[in-house]
Amino acid sequence: MFDLQDLYQEIIIDHSKRPRNFGPLEGANRHAEGDNPLCGDQIKVHLIVDGDTVRDVRFEGRGCAISTASASVMTDTIKGKPVAEVKALFEQFHRLVMGEEEPGSDVLEVDRLGAFAGVRDYPMRVKCATLCWHTMNAALEGQDDPISTE
Amino acid sequence: MNVATEHRPAPRLDLERIQADFPILSEQIYGKRLVFLDSAASAQKPRQVIDAERMVYEREYANIHRGVYYLSQRATDAFEAARETTRAFLNARDVREIVFLRGATEGVNLVAYSWGLDNLKAGDAIVLSTIEHHSNIVPWQLLRDRLGFEIRVAPVDEEGQIDMAAYRGLLDERVKLVAMTHCANSIGTVTPIREIARLAKEQGAVVLVDGAQAAPHLPIDVQEIGCDFYVFSGHKTYGPSGAGALYGRGELLDAMPPWQGGGEMITRVTFEKSRFHEVPHKFEAGTPNIAGTIALGVALDYITGLGHEAILAHEHDLLDYAMARLGEINSLRVIGTAREKAAIVSFTLGDIHPHDVGTILDREGIAVRVGHHCAQPTMDRFDLPATVRASFGIYNTREDVDALHDGLRKTLEIFA
Repeated sequence: MFDLQDLYQEIIIDHSKRPRNFGPLEGANRHAEGDNPLCGDQIKVHLIVDGDTVRDVRFEGRGCAISTASASVMTDTIKGKPVAEVKALFEQFHRLVMGEEEPGSDVLEVDRLGAFAGVRDYPMRVKCATLCWHTMNAALEGQDDPISTE
Repeated sequence: MNVATEHRPAPRLDLERIQADFPILSEQIYGKRLVFLDSAASAQKPRQVIDAERMVYEREYANIHRGVYYLSQRATDAFEAARETTRAFLNARDVREIVFLRGATEGVNLVAYSWGLDNLKAGDAIVLSTIEHHSNIVPWQLLRDRLGFEIRVAPVDEEGQIDMAAYRGLLDERVKLVAMTHCANSIGTVTPIREIARLAKEQGAVVLVDGAQAAPHLPIDVQEIGCDFYVFSGHKTYGPSGAGALYGRGELLDAMPPWQGGGEMITRVTFEKSRFHEVPHKFEAGTPNIAGTIALGVALDYITGLGHEAILAHEHDLLDYAMARLGEINSLRVIGTAREKAAIVSFTLGDIHPHDVGTILDREGIAVRVGHHCAQPTMDRFDLPATVRASFGIYNTREDVDALHDGLRKTLEIFA
């Protein structure tokens, strides 16, 4: 039996109600938009990439608690990190919510991304957690077309 | 509550018997009783329908309209009997006016590509409404992009009712088609479809009615409505998925070209030319959903057997009770409060996203639909990305409403 508290952990509720790094980003040089056609949610991710580093990141849009909290935690986590590390985190986060990797004492746990491990028991909600990451990745890659989770 | 009349008591549904007819209702979800509140997306099936489909495969299956042998004749007879059942269900004049298809979506597409390609052109206009399902929007957009006609949209008021004055204003001599829902799947509005059709006819427009959501709830009389086309899906009327019907007025169907070509719909084929069957077979290319269509007839008989009056009384009671119980929750906002409404309640719960509500209710064994309900223009009208939708059917009870109420309270606690 899955416990709802595993999904809606305090940190997720907190970030969904008070998302960090929310709003437009002045001076952003990378943007991408993501859509989740299942729920109609949309997200915009703005980045300032300076050389090999994500100098700043903010997001806009409305979504469910999982997607908003995920975007909030993601922006907190990747800000100031080298692009290569951000991409590695994306891969790792993806494996985590797909249930292919356990939350451990590594960087995921430290950066509170491990809180999203509970999503793996809710297959319909995995896309909610990963939409912001896909969108951020598209912004890094400089793709202009909207990203879809479908 | 009961309005006693001098003549006879109001008809009532035997809920215990109905619930016993639906095997899935005894399923446990996460160890809890299933509370199924998503019949508007697709209704559950009674034992009679399930048995009918199995019976076809076990006892009388063969391809129809082809074989000279006993089984083929039996399957053909059962298939054609379902056509007569469907005719009676819609009160069409002639059984030839019933075309069997996969469902309402295919019906709209058939009309768009068979009637529409021949009868719509640049300079013409068609009228839809804000509260259409995507299936009655997108086929027309695809055709518009090819032919260049104009799509006009009849707006709805704050209650989700068609603004009839605005609708009248859209009708002029350029309007060749009005395609409108009988009952909005997203918010439950029952439209004044007779008046809509009458006004359209005054302008000489052809009228298509999307009855996918109306068919399980309302008595339907295509002659009384005065429409030219009426489409519905079996899976929403307690029948199988992949079986549905299009009603088309005889003269129109006769004049329309075939849509899909293939077997069954022809009388003679050479490489120079093919001759087509009469309606409705002209529109039924290929082997249809034989068992599903036969079972669709059984589903319609099931509804008719319960009686529309009793179904309406039951669903109105559930709707009133749901509005009262959900009204106890301060942060709950109901979207769509039309005076004429089916037992569909679309709502938002404070700032909590419908997907989160849906996930928490799911763990309580309660199945609701969350999202845009394939009606994004309706969501845009109310400036919402999504709602939670609880939709009720013949097997739902006041206890189901109570369970929903309690589940929503729990959701509020988690997000407190």
